[in-house]
Amino acid sequence: MSTIALPRVEPALPAGPAKKRLSTWQTWGLILIAPYVLVFLVFVLYPIGYGLWLARHPDSYVRLVEDPIFTRSVINTLVFLIVGINIKMVIALFLSGFFVQARWWIKWLSLLFILPWAVPSIPTILSIRFMLNPEWGIINSVIFRVTGLDGPNWLNDPTIALAMAITVHIWKSLPFWTLILIAGRLAIPAEHYEAASVDGASTWQKFRFITWPSMRTLYLTSTILSMIWTLGDFNSVYLLTGGGPADLTHVLATLGIRYLRLDQVDLAMAAIVCALPLVLPLVYFMMKRLSK
Amino acid sequence: MKLKHVTAEAKLLLIGIPVLLWTMLPIYHLFLFSISPKESAFAGKLWPDHPTLHNFEVVFREQHYYLNHFWLQLWNSLLIAVSVGALTLLVATGAAFAISRLRVKGGRLVMNLALLTYFIPAAFLAVPMYKTMGNYGLLNNQWALILAMITIASPYSIWVLKQASDKLPYELDEAARIDGASPLQLFRLVYVPLMMPSLVAIGTYALLLAWNEYLYAFLLLSNEKQITLGVALGNFLAADDSPWELLMTVGLIYALPPAAIYYAFKRYMVGGLTAGAVKS
Repeated sequence: MSTIALPRVEPALPAGPAKKRLSTWQTWGLILIAPYVLVFLVFVLYPIGYGLWLARHPDSYVRLVEDPIFTRSVINTLVFLIVGINIKMVIALFLSGFFVQARWWIKWLSLLFILPWAVPSIPTILSIRFMLNPEWGIINSVIFRVTGLDGPNWLNDPTIALAMAITVHIWKSLPFWTLILIAGRLAIPAEHYEAASVDGASTWQKFRFITWPSMRTLYLTSTILSMIWTLGDFNSVYLLTGGGPADLTHVLATLGIRYLRLDQVDLAMAAIVCALPLVLPLVYFMMKRLSK
Repeated sequence: MKLKHVTAEAKLLLIGIPVLLWTMLPIYHLFLFSISPKESAFAGKLWPDHPTLHNFEVVFREQHYYLNHFWLQLWNSLLIAVSVGALTLLVATGAAFAISRLRVKGGRLVMNLALLTYFIPAAFLAVPMYKTMGNYGLLNNQWALILAMITIASPYSIWVLKQASDKLPYELDEAARIDGASPLQLFRLVYVPLMMPSLVAIGTYALLLAWNEYLYAFLLLSNEKQITLGVALGNFLAADDSPWELLMTVGLIYALPPAAIYYAFKRYMVGGLTAGAVKS
């Protein structure tokens, strides 16, 4: 499960006693912050340093680039991010407009809508995997009953399989981003819409001139954050296709783990280092937005 | 006027029905398999001719090769999730209190480092984390998973708690101090009671994150008596003739607690976790 944090206004710092503070307060501050600092040093800083050290040989990168699976994974990752995330965010933006409508049944629907995000990935993704089974799956069985034709062999064609992995990703994380964008829409004062209605604005005009200008920043931040997290989405691909058929649907997240399982840690780390030019600008953008 | 109202309603339904189908189909499918005999499940029926609770009986009695340790694995999941929830709460509350209320030196740096950690894609950190746990001799030890999940859950927790702490009036601290309260008394008697809603949200967040985790659990644990129920589900796939109806039954059982916890704490979760989503 993933969660988001987007900026809020920093409260004014209370003036005054910072300098005069007793040192016992500083001492207690250090004691209370120490556990997290320890966690950070032992389980974040050291692993990253060690990992980069393992990936220090140029030779690893040569072997990585020569591996045809790597090139394919980079392309798949880009498709996943650029196509998948944008489709997801546009749908989330649209559905956030649907869910803010005041109807009793939409309230109930919104309770169910959150389920894919709240429950663990593995049972639901395996459920989808079986639904897509060409012989016994419910989807092809319905296709056969309705049209009399055999449905596609969903997970055996690399293009369709990747599209299905993206679909699974969207199914899983759409509720979360819709929730965030709903919060954004609810923050827009209702008077703006009332005034626009009085002036005879159409639905599209209301969206174009009221909703979008106030949601633009939130939408962009959400898209970037979703891209960063999706780079680490191992489950959607691994549990649905396992990287197959013929290792053609790997993304960088599953490729790294694949090398790790094959005991080629230097290649795993090298693949991650190759993703850094993509990750770092996104992270820089988020840090600038969040750390004030 | 009336007609206009009806068309508006119909348009909403035209969106609502596909959304309902899209959301519920995989979950309904999970449920369908759990109440279907094997042959019926594989026939692609939308409702079994003879619904049965037989699958649950097999699972609860551990009557299948893959289910030998079902109860133990359920217990492992619970133990790990509760430990991660409690320990993350401890680590994150201490850090947020120190940064926000005690203004500890270097607090801002720690906050930024935590945020940076939050932006590392999970599968990328998993690779060096696995090797590191090996170096520490923790592989196949449940502490490895607990510590890894604390590492992943803490940054966001500290951030949310710090945002909430910053909103408490500073006069409270001063009043407590003038009355001669120690930092610990301030923490216990003023800070924790006021922060309760955020603490509930963060504890639940960390607990669900750990319960739902697959990748780290599958990398760090492999002994079938140590693994969580999620990893056990993945192991079902090792065989060609996986007993899918049992897999789905276990999956449904595994998915129910987080859904229930989410609904029980929804009030805190939505408020706490989307906090700050809205800023001009």
